[in-house]
Amino acid sequence: MASPTTVAPSTPLYAARRRKNFVTMAIAYAATGFGLAWLALILIVLFWNGFNGLSLRVFTEMTPPPGSSGGLLNAIAGSLVMTFLAVIIGTPLGVLAGTYLAEYGRYEKLSTIVRFINDILLSAPSIVVGLFVYEIMVAQMGHFSGWAGAVALAVIVVPVVVRTTEDMLTLVPDTLREAAASIGLPRSKMIQKIAYRAARAGMITGVLLAVARISGETAPLLFTALNNQFWSTNMNAPVSSLPVVIFQFALSPYKDWQELAWTGALIITLAVLALSITARYLGGQSKKS
Amino acid sequence: MTMANFTVPTVTNTVASTEGLVEKITVQNLDFFYGDHRALKTINVALYQGKVTAFIGPSGCGKSTLLRILNRMYDLYPNQRATGTVRLDNENILSPSQDLNLLRAKVGMVFQKPTPFPMTIYENIAFGIRLYEKLSKSELDGRVQHALERAALWNEVKDKLGANGQSLSGGQQQRLCIARTVAVRPEVILFDEPCSALDPISTAKIEELIDELKEDYTIAIVTHNMQQAARVSDFTAFMYLGELVEYGETTKIFTAPNDRRTQDYITGRFG
Repeated sequence: MASPTTVAPSTPLYAARRRKNFVTMAIAYAATGFGLAWLALILIVLFWNGFNGLSLRVFTEMTPPPGSSGGLLNAIAGSLVMTFLAVIIGTPLGVLAGTYLAEYGRYEKLSTIVRFINDILLSAPSIVVGLFVYEIMVAQMGHFSGWAGAVALAVIVVPVVVRTTEDMLTLVPDTLREAAASIGLPRSKMIQKIAYRAARAGMITGVLLAVARISGETAPLLFTALNNQFWSTNMNAPVSSLPVVIFQFALSPYKDWQELAWTGALIITLAVLALSITARYLGGQSKKS
Repeated sequence: MTMANFTVPTVTNTVASTEGLVEKITVQNLDFFYGDHRALKTINVALYQGKVTAFIGPSGCGKSTLLRILNRMYDLYPNQRATGTVRLDNENILSPSQDLNLLRAKVGMVFQKPTPFPMTIYENIAFGIRLYEKLSKSELDGRVQHALERAALWNEVKDKLGANGQSLSGGQQQRLCIARTVAVRPEVILFDEPCSALDPISTAKIEELIDELKEDYTIAIVTHNMQQAARVSDFTAFMYLGELVEYGETTKIFTAPNDRRTQDYITGRFG
């Protein structure tokens, strides 16, 4: 009975293992390549079509009627204002709820329920959020408005911020909390001065990711802020936004509108890219300290 | 490792020369529960003012649990409760009306791992002081310096008080934590295995420090290191399986223990 206790590199068993390894690796590489190729294709098409239309006029002129030239200024401004308001409304709510989950209610039953609902909200289709805000705001007020758009976006911001805040606070070691308690620090002060400070970079990253998420949302705005072809700072009236303009212009039969839609898409993509890089940079910073 | 011989749970209180000593903390009939698990069984022990009391025993014997009752640190977590009485200057700190923050300002704690706050060295110390006192800038500076001097850290950090506390070495961080504790002017300091994450040189420094601090503070230290207990403490308590087996003067415990289990532990036969 010759039962080998070690497998020499030359044995058939080892050769078979190497072959299997090679095949598995090849399949993994192929799958990765397949996925990345589509992403690259999307980006190339976006740059190809969007870059031509990129000019100063895009940032200084309003969306044009079909057949005449114009820019995207009102849409960019509308997107910025509504995103800003959504963050202003959503961040405090999200941070406070996340703080409850991680600090005060960590061991409560209620937290389990809140966490579960938050996870559902996190993955809820944004069109549902749009319909919801349509029902509670647009239908009540009788008209579309920038406020309704901002609220719809805020509803999307909240669960993202709740989740990242809780995750980041949970990463703060309990030993730090005990150390804070050991010098007689009240809990509220511990959270403000110690836990938030230790989790700050991660929490800011969460807000940035939420901004990236909402800056491309179309569905919730279709039912709330609608669109506006002109410059408007009145948040009680319909407000233009980049995603909705892209949606409308891209579906139109007019060549110049389609070109502006491509340019708008490129602007959003670049903005989200910048936000993601900032978020990653901050995330990396927090790991270092 | 068989414990067959140790079936009789007797608590031996070695008669020691405790005359003239003031009981700073008195623990009476203390039981402690993690949920349904009884982790401490009828503990009776006293910490004397100006003395160092060491708690030794194998892992899981309840010595850290006991320490964390003395400043009610266990209150941070659910399903943990203590019964019996723990008196600090004749006030029962286990009573529900006890203000926890005031208690913890009086009974400071230094942990196993250094836990500097995510702020500058100066702020690490000043933070705790500001909680309870309104001081001018110069007074505060003085208090910070004094605390760092007491922790034998001043000379190493006086030129970089603005640096992050977490940038210091492990031993320095632990002394920073001691300075932070001292700065609040506690009456009792609890050390929970303060040297187990440190190298021998840092350990020696901390031990020296404990020896100096006992002039002004009542000190309790939990340690796995029996040589350390013998070096730094005046009194030693040996705990085993949630019971206080033997308590008395350190020299007595280490040279002529009354209980067979104490003898076996300090001679390294188990634990």
